[in-house]
Amino acid sequence: MSTIAEPTEIAAKPQKGRGYDGHWTLVWQKFRRHRLGVAGGIVVILAYLVAAIPEFLAPVTLEAYNPAYSYAPPQALHWGRDDGEGWRFGPHVYAYTTEIDYNSGRRLFATDPETPINVGLFVEGEPYRLLGFIPTNRHLFGPVEVGQPFYIAGADRLGRDILSRTIYGARISMTIGLVGVALSLVLGILIGGVSGLVGGVTDNLIQRLIEFVQSVPSIPLWIGLAAAIPQSVPPLQVYFLITIILSVLGWTSLARVVRGRFLAMRSEDFVKAARLDGCGPVRIIFRHMLPSFLSHIIAVVSLAIPGMILAETALSYLGIGLRTPIVSWGVLLQEAQNVRTIASAPWLLLPGGAVIIAVLALNFLGDGLRDAADPYSD
Amino acid sequence: MGSFVLRRILYAIPALIAVSLISFLVIAVPPGDYVDRLAETNAAKGDIMPIAEQEALRQAYGLDQPLMVQYWNWISAVVARGDFGYSFSYNLPVKDVIWPRLGLTVVLSIASLLFIWVAAIPVGIYSAVRRYSAGDYLFTFLGFLGLAIPNFLLALAAMYIAFAWFGHNVGGLFSPEFVEAPWSWARVLDLLNHLWLPMIVLGTAGTASVIRVIRANLLDELHKPYVTAARAKGMGEFGLLMKYPVRHALNPFVSGQNDIFVDIVSGGTIVAIVMGLQTTGPILLEALRTQDMYMAASFILMLSVLVVIGTLLSDVLLAWLDPRIRHQQG
Repeated sequence: MSTIAEPTEIAAKPQKGRGYDGHWTLVWQKFRRHRLGVAGGIVVILAYLVAAIPEFLAPVTLEAYNPAYSYAPPQALHWGRDDGEGWRFGPHVYAYTTEIDYNSGRRLFATDPETPINVGLFVEGEPYRLLGFIPTNRHLFGPVEVGQPFYIAGADRLGRDILSRTIYGARISMTIGLVGVALSLVLGILIGGVSGLVGGVTDNLIQRLIEFVQSVPSIPLWIGLAAAIPQSVPPLQVYFLITIILSVLGWTSLARVVRGRFLAMRSEDFVKAARLDGCGPVRIIFRHMLPSFLSHIIAVVSLAIPGMILAETALSYLGIGLRTPIVSWGVLLQEAQNVRTIASAPWLLLPGGAVIIAVLALNFLGDGLRDAADPYSD
Repeated sequence: MGSFVLRRILYAIPALIAVSLISFLVIAVPPGDYVDRLAETNAAKGDIMPIAEQEALRQAYGLDQPLMVQYWNWISAVVARGDFGYSFSYNLPVKDVIWPRLGLTVVLSIASLLFIWVAAIPVGIYSAVRRYSAGDYLFTFLGFLGLAIPNFLLALAAMYIAFAWFGHNVGGLFSPEFVEAPWSWARVLDLLNHLWLPMIVLGTAGTASVIRVIRANLLDELHKPYVTAARAKGMGEFGLLMKYPVRHALNPFVSGQNDIFVDIVSGGTIVAIVMGLQTTGPILLEALRTQDMYMAASFILMLSVLVVIGTLLSDVLLAWLDPRIRHQQG
């Protein structure tokens, strides 16, 4: 038996993240280093979770109202109380005592420390179907006794719980961005792909078209298109019409990215090789080119969603976007129509806070993804 | 330079034609017209409008003609005589309503643009030079926040703060006594007194993005050899910074101004509606709701023209700054 050199001395140990890992491993490794991006991603996942199961997370249902608590201010949550024998844990809020001010015609609310309302986790409440098919009546948190006033973020004009409504609003507001971007993406990939692949006069014309669409002031046009939706159209159709309106002007940035990637990649060696191997254009696009710029597309998509959310909120706020009974953050903000209302009930702006958090998180996530989309630089 | 400007102006013409067509079609194509809306509101009051009267109104307003004929009549009058048609709901020629409103829109947009420059350029330079300092983090955070807050929410918050803390009832661009008054020094001062709040509200998002652009570009320039060379020759830090890297970093900034101006004009519509400004926004929304066709189309048209002119100016400015652009585009 002859001696052979130990193989371990010849083969260099594969280094992590140095060209031996797959594309997506590298993308993930680079993304993980972008802390704000990761934090944004976590918030975005939580927001979509809220959008998936608002019935469970909200203390009361969307329809619950009580005119007796019109514009009730937020209740403070107390974690426990001193019952003479020492402090005991037992979260509770205090009930309201109301008094009508005959000068302004408004109710004045004060809390009543004599009547605590116990608050618990996984309490029983209105029955509903979780995710649309699991019948239950448990809510994540709420008053232990059903029907007690529980307005931890205040109430609106009709005495509806702002917190519950904001939680329900996530469903429409978070998905309208997704649906709108999905539509824009289809338009963007089609038009940008044609532009980048065909080139020449077609490319030139499409580029001029994109420049033109981008130079049109979008909000007046959005208002114009949205105002054209008749009042008689059912709410669900309004939802889809609004997403179409948003994507009519929203596809251009996606088309730009797709075209840019196609142009850059058309002359790459691996595309040439595939063409010489006799692949058809469809196979080249979907099997060879698309996987290598998918990460870029995901980044652009996540940066396009916040714009859609902001646009929907603004249109709905102006009363020409979505309308009740659909509940989105913009529809909820309609309650805060003038300064006097806001001055007397600033908690009506809570849905606006939800918009800001969602948009910030999506922007951070998009920034992180954009940096990670090209893991080979740097 | 002259031929470049001329070429740009020629490029703008097809854009203007397309814009005018779109502004008209957005209003005219959807079903229903002003007479329908009028009949609806009258019916709601219990006052049924006879079909014959509706038809007569349509004929009087020219609404019974084919779309393209209506468009041609409108646009040819706009181009030839500056006549924007007739506003049904105001019972006035549109041009009497549009010019003062458009003037104030221009004033507000330019003021916001100036605010963005004044606020963002020094901050962007500071953030780049003192990268990762506490100030840089603070401005980066504020920048992200500025991008995430919807314009109208910022407007509401600003009005709330002014109302609750300072007892101001801010709304509009003038005090009540000056709204209808003819122009005078007192009216100009009153305008300036009201202009700053919408100006800041409108400028916030733009400021945030300009800070990011300047910071990123300046960071690319700061460590180039020419900076080291100038430093080695004993140039003072501040003079060096201003003379070389900042001037380089301003080019992408100038080319980005166009998008920012579009956003200002576009976002100004919503801010104006929320704050009740005497600019184009509130009238446009009202005209769209009542299907006051020529009024709405003229407002969208003029806002778009404003944007096209802004694009033209920023292109010319960029060409003046950067000779490479003047020469490369045939």
